Amino acid sequence: MSGYRFLVNGAPAEVDVPGMRRLLDVLREDLGLTGTKEGCGEGECGACSVILDGQVVDACLVPIAQVEGRIVRTVEGLSLAARERGALDALQEAFLETGGAQCGICTPGMLMAARAYLDGGGTDDDESIREAIAGNLCRCTGYTKIVEAIALVAGASGTAG
Amino acid sequence: MTTRTVTRPNEAGTALVLEAGTIAAGRARGLPLRREGPDKLTGAAKYADDLVFPGAWYGATIRSTEARARLVAIEPDPMLDWSTVVLVTAADIPGDNVVSGIQDDQPVLVPVGGEIRHHAEPLALLAAPDKATLRRFKAAVKVVTEVLPPVFDPEASDHVFAHYEIGTGDLQAGFAEAHIVLEGEYRVGHQEQLYIEGQAMIAVPGEAGEIAVHGSLQCPYYVHKALMRSLGLDARQARVVQAETGGAFGGKEEYPSIIAVHAALLASKCGKPVRMIYDRHEDIAATTKRHPAIVRHRTGVTRDGRLVAQDIEVIMDGGAYCTLTPVVLSRGALHSGGPYRCPNVRIRARATRTNTPPNGAFRGFGAPQTEFAAETQLNRLAEQLVMSPAEIRARNVYAIGDTTPTGQVLKESVAGEEVLRLAVEGSNFERIRDETAHELGERRGANVMPPGPLRTTLDRTATGIGLALAWHGAGFTGSGEVHLGSVASVELDAEGRIRVLIASTEMGQGTKTIFPMLVAAELGVPVDAVEVAPQDTAFVPDSGPTVASRTAMVVGGLCIDAARRLKAEVERDNPDRTFADLYVDHGKTKGPTRIDQKFEPYPGITFDDETYRGDAYPAFGWAAAVARVEIDLDTAEVSVKEVLAVDDVGKVIHPILCEGQVEGGTLQAVGYATIEEMKLQDGRYLNDRLATYLIPTALDAPQIRTILVEAPFSGAPHGAKGVGELPMDVGAPAVVAAIADAVGVWITDLPATPEKILAALADAGGPPRRGRVSAA
Repeated sequence: MSGYRFLVNGAPAEVDVPGMRRLLDVLREDLGLTGTKEGCGEGECGACSVILDGQVVDACLVPIAQVEGRIVRTVEGLSLAARERGALDALQEAFLETGGAQCGICTPGMLMAARAYLDGGGTDDDESIREAIAGNLCRCTGYTKIVEAIALVAGASGTAG
Repeated sequence: MTTRTVTRPNEAGTALVLEAGTIAAGRARGLPLRREGPDKLTGAAKYADDLVFPGAWYGATIRSTEARARLVAIEPDPMLDWSTVVLVTAADIPGDNVVSGIQDDQPVLVPVGGEIRHHAEPLALLAAPDKATLRRFKAAVKVVTEVLPPVFDPEASDHVFAHYEIGTGDLQAGFAEAHIVLEGEYRVGHQEQLYIEGQAMIAVPGEAGEIAVHGSLQCPYYVHKALMRSLGLDARQARVVQAETGGAFGGKEEYPSIIAVHAALLASKCGKPVRMIYDRHEDIAATTKRHPAIVRHRTGVTRDGRLVAQDIEVIMDGGAYCTLTPVVLSRGALHSGGPYRCPNVRIRARATRTNTPPNGAFRGFGAPQTEFAAETQLNRLAEQLVMSPAEIRARNVYAIGDTTPTGQVLKESVAGEEVLRLAVEGSNFERIRDETAHELGERRGANVMPPGPLRTTLDRTATGIGLALAWHGAGFTGSGEVHLGSVASVELDAEGRIRVLIASTEMGQGTKTIFPMLVAAELGVPVDAVEVAPQDTAFVPDSGPTVASRTAMVVGGLCIDAARRLKAEVERDNPDRTFADLYVDHGKTKGPTRIDQKFEPYPGITFDDETYRGDAYPAFGWAAAVARVEIDLDTAEVSVKEVLAVDDVGKVIHPILCEGQVEGGTLQAVGYATIEEMKLQDGRYLNDRLATYLIPTALDAPQIRTILVEAPFSGAPHGAKGVGELPMDVGAPAVVAAIADAVGVWITDLPATPEKILAALADAGGPPRRGRVSAA
């Protein structure tokens, strides 16, 4: 069995596992990146959302074989730059300020969906934000404050996040 | 009454009105940020499944596939080497084979020869070093059963878990006085809590027979008690540690006790940590749901809209075991008349056993079921009277001095009128209702396409507005809190650190943020100077379960009292200096000081559990909601566009967290009203996955506006009455009223699915449908 090589949060990773092993398990169990959560295991809840080559995917539906040579971003990589200054990045900060995180279990996936939306030039338009996070279920917040947090960041940085 | 309105910041985001004259700039600025927020936002927070215990095995549960049967045998396949795994049956349970609860009817595992009472009931447990082995061996356990006839209809069941009768006045005289008598039957089904983190528990055996469990849970001491009882451990040998908990909503109130005992049984037999992590399918199939209910009303009202008689029957489906059913039913019954004065009332309530998975706690705890019925009944009465839903409520809502059906005189903290007024004014309810009535009239007049009265060639959608009002008893029902005698502690340690010791858990609602706020305010120190000890039974006292919206009110009150005593003690020898100046040195020189504060009954509050007379709750929270919906006239799909939620919580401790509770509860209520439906076949949940049990997404969610009202409760030092459950009571009836406003039919059976709305429209035919009305 050959290993699979890819980039996680900017760092090279190599795992020697069956090709059909879920990216979610590779992240959580093989690489110890437990920030990415499992909520349903069938692509419905979005708790395991990560960014794969700029696109949001459910890590529970992606076999590791499809990740070979690609770039993965997880919640742990969101604030890499900011963390050096001992702070959260603007999106995390906005979630904290507005109350966008409650129990926190959907939060990593929600942040990744929001990050991809902002990186793709998403605006602070309510409907567009809701569309962007429609694949991420939250049972605590009623989404109001999550949408508010994303809008805050989109608004602050103009049209392009 | 001192009622204060806390408003949202204006559009510019400049003002958050906290108290008259105090304006904090910006959003969270000026308020503490969520204490564990940074960990949750960076992925550092450790939920149960994130915890690593080297050498841990994986556990699984072997469950029944029948709703009712005799368990004849459990037969491991002799072709496999069972010494490589661990199999646990009822025979391996060292203590009582009982899940600790209100009644002792639920086994930890069904014993051979015993009766299986529901689908997915635990029969045996298995642990293996890896998941593949676990799967292989699990498939090799054969369960032999003898099928018995099941009971699925709660009205046909002869096993009653609990029943209550509450009454006041003279029902016959009341109906004689009525000008209109309306009968109505309302039905609500199961609702799944659907916390996004599934149930999860890891048991770690110690060297001397002790066991620690780490898991996702609401009530550390419930789990602690269950472990002691079934594993035969003493209080020190059993230890329960809450991991970060990814939502609960009541679903992790009683069920975690079962999983903890299961994991502990496996761990003690194999001598290794055992991980019991439910996947979503198992979680939905096996764990508790909101109780389905049938509620029947017969209501008498005078021509001017005064309620004169309420005859109410409540039947709840408890499922296969008692769990918390008697208390759920009790709360449901006590709230079933709604927040309205009525001199002649009879409430008969019973909960029975069926062969479906046991039902249990879920936000609102019986009240959402009965208040949906009460509010829809009142809205239909208003329609009969050609009276505004706001007006009929204004004429009947409780005011100070009124008496409830249990004989409780409402002496203070009554904000029903206030929340109603704010909701009606804040939503332009009457003006919008005039508009929607006009539109409905026009569609009916047009009478063009089937369903005739509603469809015109032009209209593709109909809009409607609906109102509901509710009360929610604060904290435990009756003398529950007195029996519990909770303890909460505040400690100044020898290094001069201040720590709050409580068993109250953080599951998203903000426990870890508000307790330092409450204590710091009393002590006059910065919020960050107050730590919260981990929710670990080895360290914290039993401050009771994190349920019934009691945490801020009851445990918060205890911590305030403890902080006051600590302050007095530290300042005693130095009356000229403040606690803030003194405490670090005090701790370092005089050693630790710990104040344990035990719950004392609220003065003047008494309840008789036998007769159901007296103060059913120390106080009530009050809530109103106005929903606006849009209904597709071809498909009858309902889109809830907007909800204005007005909630009186007694005291707002942290406006953003408090709003978060209202918004989240409102959306759960919208889901309950529109899409959340559990379908059963032969006692099994058919849609036991997230692909088939739907909860609202961001696109389904309405714009939610919140107005918080403070009518403080004098029994709590800060006046708080709790917030978590309040919004759950009003959302569904408001949505159903809005649907009726839009298309002219009343959906009396939740959820209001397109199928039911289309059927009701077809049923209604030409003229608007009327309830069964008899002119008296």
